[in-house]
Amino acid sequence: MLTRSQVVLIAALVVSLVVTLFSNQIDPYYLLVIVNVGINVILAVSLNLINGYTGQFSLGHAGFMAVGAYTSAAITLFFGPKFFGAVGSSGTATIWVLFLFALVAGGLVAAFAGLIVGIPSLRLKGDYLAIVTLGFGEIIRVILRNFESLGGALGLNGIPSYTNFFWTYGFAALTIYVVVSMVHSTYGRGFLAVHDDEVAAEAMGINTTRYKIVAFVVGAFFAGIAGGIYAHSVRSIDPRGFDFIKSIEIVVMVILGGMGNTIGVILAAILLTLLPEFLRPIAEYRMMLYSLLLIVLMLTRPEGLFTLRRKAKVKECK
Amino acid sequence: MTEFLQQLINGLSLGAIYALIALGYTMVYGVLRFINFAHSDIFMIGAFAGYYLSKHFPRESMGGGLIVLAGAMIICALLGIIIERLAYRPLRDRSKLNVLITAIGMSLLLENAGQFFFGANPKAFPVLFPVMTIKLGAVVLSSNQMAVFIVTIVVLVGLRFIVMRTKIGTAMRAVSFNPVAASLVGINNDIVISFTFGLGSALAAAGGILYSLNYQAIDPLMGILPGMKAFVAAVLGGIGNIPGAALGGLLLGVIETFFNGSRWSTYTDAIAFTLLILILLFRPAGLLGKAQVEKV
Repeated sequence: MLTRSQVVLIAALVVSLVVTLFSNQIDPYYLLVIVNVGINVILAVSLNLINGYTGQFSLGHAGFMAVGAYTSAAITLFFGPKFFGAVGSSGTATIWVLFLFALVAGGLVAAFAGLIVGIPSLRLKGDYLAIVTLGFGEIIRVILRNFESLGGALGLNGIPSYTNFFWTYGFAALTIYVVVSMVHSTYGRGFLAVHDDEVAAEAMGINTTRYKIVAFVVGAFFAGIAGGIYAHSVRSIDPRGFDFIKSIEIVVMVILGGMGNTIGVILAAILLTLLPEFLRPIAEYRMMLYSLLLIVLMLTRPEGLFTLRRKAKVKECK
Repeated sequence: MTEFLQQLINGLSLGAIYALIALGYTMVYGVLRFINFAHSDIFMIGAFAGYYLSKHFPRESMGGGLIVLAGAMIICALLGIIIERLAYRPLRDRSKLNVLITAIGMSLLLENAGQFFFGANPKAFPVLFPVMTIKLGAVVLSSNQMAVFIVTIVVLVGLRFIVMRTKIGTAMRAVSFNPVAASLVGINNDIVISFTFGLGSALAAAGGILYSLNYQAIDPLMGILPGMKAFVAAVLGGIGNIPGAALGGLLLGVIETFFNGSRWSTYTDAIAFTLLILILLFRPAGLLGKAQVEKV
């Protein structure tokens, strides 16, 4: 018997498949914006698992996204033609299998990167973790810049345009499903425990380091998937596209939506993707706006815009 | 051997600048236990303050250079105090994550406001001090490097004096040791924290000007990378530890310079972070820091 959330997941997958069949009726510009919304939903929801539910502060989400983007793009660019013939000559089914494989591979490599970064740095707390993840994002970019076979500073171009509505929203639904089910499972209570009080959680016998690593790896996996979808949507990627600013954008979505509030984070991701489209004339000031938003939110509404109830919180004792 | 010495001098002069910035991180961490992300942007504002001030004073002169340096330090000290008052103080008893996010927001705000007011394109930084080169055998010491060494040594000695010998310095150490007990014995924590922010920001301004003298170009995002590296230097030496920050800065500068001269030079920017991860893994308290047990 399927649970309610599984039914919702399957319904979401079917709906996105149906929409895809009619997606050639949608204006390409709108379709692009819609796909971008989906990508940002995946990124924000997966970061919310780390920053929101588990209470760790990662500033390296764009780094994981870069790993996924490069891995999947390399697979469709270099391995795809080898096994399936030239791009475009193969049928839809082959492309779907290849793309799914590329996305999952990108996610797995990103998850592995998450594990590599997570094991040393998750023994750290708060500020240190933020700096290490930030530094990790920079290291990834330096490595990619020096990786000549992946295009170096110029990046990869001519990536096949495989992204469509189904892949974007199918994976968005899957991300939401996985994160929500994880957090609401018995096992997942551990994430909230780590968030609420790490010392108490540890005293209760919860392996806090392991929970943090699991959150990190799962978050990185979906960031990698989002990177793959992004790469096959914009069709050319370079290391500069995955810088600190990109990480900050995702962080702002999580904070605006309310850390640990999936619905709020999804709304924030939609809002912050659409807003710049409507406000083209002032796009230049977007980052200034974001930074002011961060400060004002922290001073006045640290629980985020879309969190209605203020959680009863015991005052932290020092 | 000559090349080695030359590289060592280059490395030390770069490291001295890292040390100046790292001191600000470390002092603020000492009193507030949080990382002031905006510090690297105060470094940038310091450079720009120097750039605009230098238009009103004679260039390539000792006096003019020192006035510009002092002016930029005062401007940044005030800026640091204002930022602390407006953005950090209201959050003092909130969770650490909130303060951290505010600090990141403040850093981004300074960067983007900088791009808006100063323009995003790099500007040529003027020559402030008289140009001369000193030759010690085959090793060349430029006037900028001289300026870096002299300023750093003066600052370090001055800082040591302030922290160890003056009343406010004693108060700083007391707040760092135990803020509650400090306020119980009549120390005004707010004043001490403001003073620390002012002092740290002034050092960042000095670092910014010296850095710009060497690199000759400034832009609103110039602070990010040196700022992060200086933070690594602070952690390397043991965060909260003043001599540690100086040591960490010098060490990082030397390591980076030697790396830059090797065939892996394109990876130089990744060195600091690799070092950070290693130090946090094997000696989280830093080289000179003492390991602390977390109390509940």
